[in-house]
Amino acid sequence: MEIQEYNISENNFEQCIKCTVCTVYCPVVPVNPEYPGPKQAGPDGERLRLKKGIFFDETLKYCLNCKRCEVACPSGVRIGDIIQAARIKYGRKKPKLRDMMLAGTDFMGSIATKVAPVVNTTLRIKPVKQIMDGVLKIDHRRTFPKYASQTFESWFRKEAAARQEKFDRHIAYFHGCYANYNYPQLGKDLVKVMNALGYGVRLLDGEKCCGVALISNGMIDQATRNAKTNVRIMSEALSSCEAVLGTSSSCSFTLRDEYPHLLGVDNSAVRDHVELAVKFIYRLLESGKASLKFKKDFKARIAYHVPCHMEKLGWGIFSAELVKMIPGVEFTVLDSNCCGIAGTYGFKKENYEVSQAIGKPLFDQIKVIDPDYVACDCETCKWQIEMSTGYKVMNPVSILAAALED
Amino acid sequence: MKFDTIIIGGGLSGLVCGLRLQRAGRKCAIVSAGQSAMHFSSGYFDFLDRTPDGKDVSAPLDAVDLLDKEHPYSKIGKARLTAYAEEVKEFFKGCGIMLEGDPCRNGFRITPTGNFKRTWLALDDFSVFETDTCPWNKVLIVNIEGFLDFNTAFIAQSLESKGTVCTTSILRLEEMERIRKNPSEMRAVNIARVLERREVEDKAVGLMKDMAGDADAILLPAVFGLKEAGARTRIEKALGKKVSFVATMPPSVAGIRTQMKLKAGFEAAGGVFLQGDTACGAEMDGSHVTGIGSVNFGDIRLEADSYVLATGSFFSKGLTAAPGHIVENVFGLDTDAPSERKKWYCTDFFGRQDYISYGVKTDSSFRCIKGGGTIDNLYAAGSILGGCNALYEGCGAGTAIFSAFSVADTILSENA
Repeated sequence: MEIQEYNISENNFEQCIKCTVCTVYCPVVPVNPEYPGPKQAGPDGERLRLKKGIFFDETLKYCLNCKRCEVACPSGVRIGDIIQAARIKYGRKKPKLRDMMLAGTDFMGSIATKVAPVVNTTLRIKPVKQIMDGVLKIDHRRTFPKYASQTFESWFRKEAAARQEKFDRHIAYFHGCYANYNYPQLGKDLVKVMNALGYGVRLLDGEKCCGVALISNGMIDQATRNAKTNVRIMSEALSSCEAVLGTSSSCSFTLRDEYPHLLGVDNSAVRDHVELAVKFIYRLLESGKASLKFKKDFKARIAYHVPCHMEKLGWGIFSAELVKMIPGVEFTVLDSNCCGIAGTYGFKKENYEVSQAIGKPLFDQIKVIDPDYVACDCETCKWQIEMSTGYKVMNPVSILAAALED
Repeated sequence: MKFDTIIIGGGLSGLVCGLRLQRAGRKCAIVSAGQSAMHFSSGYFDFLDRTPDGKDVSAPLDAVDLLDKEHPYSKIGKARLTAYAEEVKEFFKGCGIMLEGDPCRNGFRITPTGNFKRTWLALDDFSVFETDTCPWNKVLIVNIEGFLDFNTAFIAQSLESKGTVCTTSILRLEEMERIRKNPSEMRAVNIARVLERREVEDKAVGLMKDMAGDADAILLPAVFGLKEAGARTRIEKALGKKVSFVATMPPSVAGIRTQMKLKAGFEAAGGVFLQGDTACGAEMDGSHVTGIGSVNFGDIRLEADSYVLATGSFFSKGLTAAPGHIVENVFGLDTDAPSERKKWYCTDFFGRQDYISYGVKTDSSFRCIKGGGTIDNLYAAGSILGGCNALYEGCGAGTAIFSAFSVADTILSENA
């Protein structure tokens, strides 16, 4: 028995029984034959790579890191982790300027918000898009998310921080780059909902980007530094806050699972208290410790898209239950499909076609259902769906905020 | 989170049980860790192909009397089994799965090595044969170029040894060239995705027209219809010849389609399917289950009046074999495995392997037993049940479906 235990690797690739189920659920395989598929790229390739690193194959970069292979695996093999860990360990390609710009959501955001109107206008001008396409290889067909002129953090400090301290109970909010630089309204909505539930919101002391884009663009050192800082500040916050809540499924997933699995950063002291706001709110409402009062005349036909990392977290049900709870909502859950954007992946010129092909079944279904808007917990899914279908996408937390009685 | 019934396991048995309960108005959740054995389906359901002492079975219902009292079929009883068998086609039709064959009699199927074996009902697009000999004199066996999970030579050799004239041929489709670039992904499901485009299917049919010659029938790998069945009928119509699909190596296109339809039916009826989550942390109050946890739910509990254990056997991690004992993983239930390891297996690889028959002990209503006592609201269904050897007896699907029916009916009658 002991010998067996010592022979099981951290990412348990030897548990793979070659059943091929993962390949059925990989969104890349049907549209990009250059990608070797999760079984070959993951556990099969790992056997070879353990012999010699030269067996590493650069085509592993086509993996979206959506983790759908892991959700499907009957043997519990961490296939997606094996692939990403191999890219980290053996990848020889250095990140390009383009990759650094796309992945540096924190850095780029802090500059762009200062001159937001200029940046937003410039990024929509055709010649600029052509130059970005030609020089940087950022696809010209992509619509860029807009930057806000005031960050969420600065709004919060000016407008909200003081009154949060009137509450007896608190949560810390990991807002992420998107709510901070692009869409502060999401953060404002979270504050509104948590306040309605009797909770004050606090910011973390020096939040860093979760690092999801840094990891996928090979900027591991910076990702690891961010991870260590975030674990430390989350741990400090938990001494006075009940939980660290997020509104982005990929941020929360990264904080909980990618830190220990891919970056080797131990988060065991905080992990159980780091979750998405929807899960926390669901627990609170279910236990009867708090309740929300909704508008009587709220009406919306909503189709919910479960982001890949939300599927992996297994928490889509909490968002679904919360939105369904609002009187006047007509609710559909969309089929389990990847939207194709996968963070920065779909912005890259070489991935544009694949990205849109992956998302097509989802886009088609949304158009057939024709909802008032789509609900979704992930900002990059939001950009992709809004750009590709024309339908508006709202975070479940924002939907709750919009439906709250004034 | 509260439900009427929580089912652990999202394979054939769990889905059938959930669907039956949900259709009757019970609010159900299925917790499913990873995809199920339906992904390895042969395209057929077996009821009972042979008795535990090795006698071939033609009419499964007549053979029920010969089974041990611990066999799941004995617990259901012949009368109820007969009613269930008669109901089964209608049940699956309810979610768009058309089963072919006589529910009271066994037929035969062609195996991927060209032999005829007993079976019961065929999933859409597969056919049940009346006897164990090939009904045709001349057969054309066609493969897709570059597809390694289907061996035409094996099939031809077996059929020819019994007097059928066989020719083999290969379909060359330029639309397949893209996926051929990646030989490790040149699998049944990916081929099915290409063939799902009607113009590609039509092209394939056109090519087959040219190669069919005077063959009476065409055998094809089961690589059609990942979302919807019906390709066989279309091809037969276009060619004016009989067509039979033969199972490929996994993943199984027909099995996945069937699983997706069952899941869609369950969700359409209002059921909650928790994909990729693992049940754990069961809590008991005496002989009563009060709740379970799940890896993804953390401290949020899943609670219900009744629970169904449909986790499957060793492959699906319902059971784990340790050196000296076999354990059930969620509740630590009593299993029927003897402690003497030597009794678990037979050194003749092709002999009857008894470990496959091991599972949890239950009372006559499939209530589970722990520490010698019956748990009043926990039932078992499918291959986690002890008392039958699905591989040797050919009774896997029948056990999965009928024990699920039985458990659902018990739960419904108790809450009527």
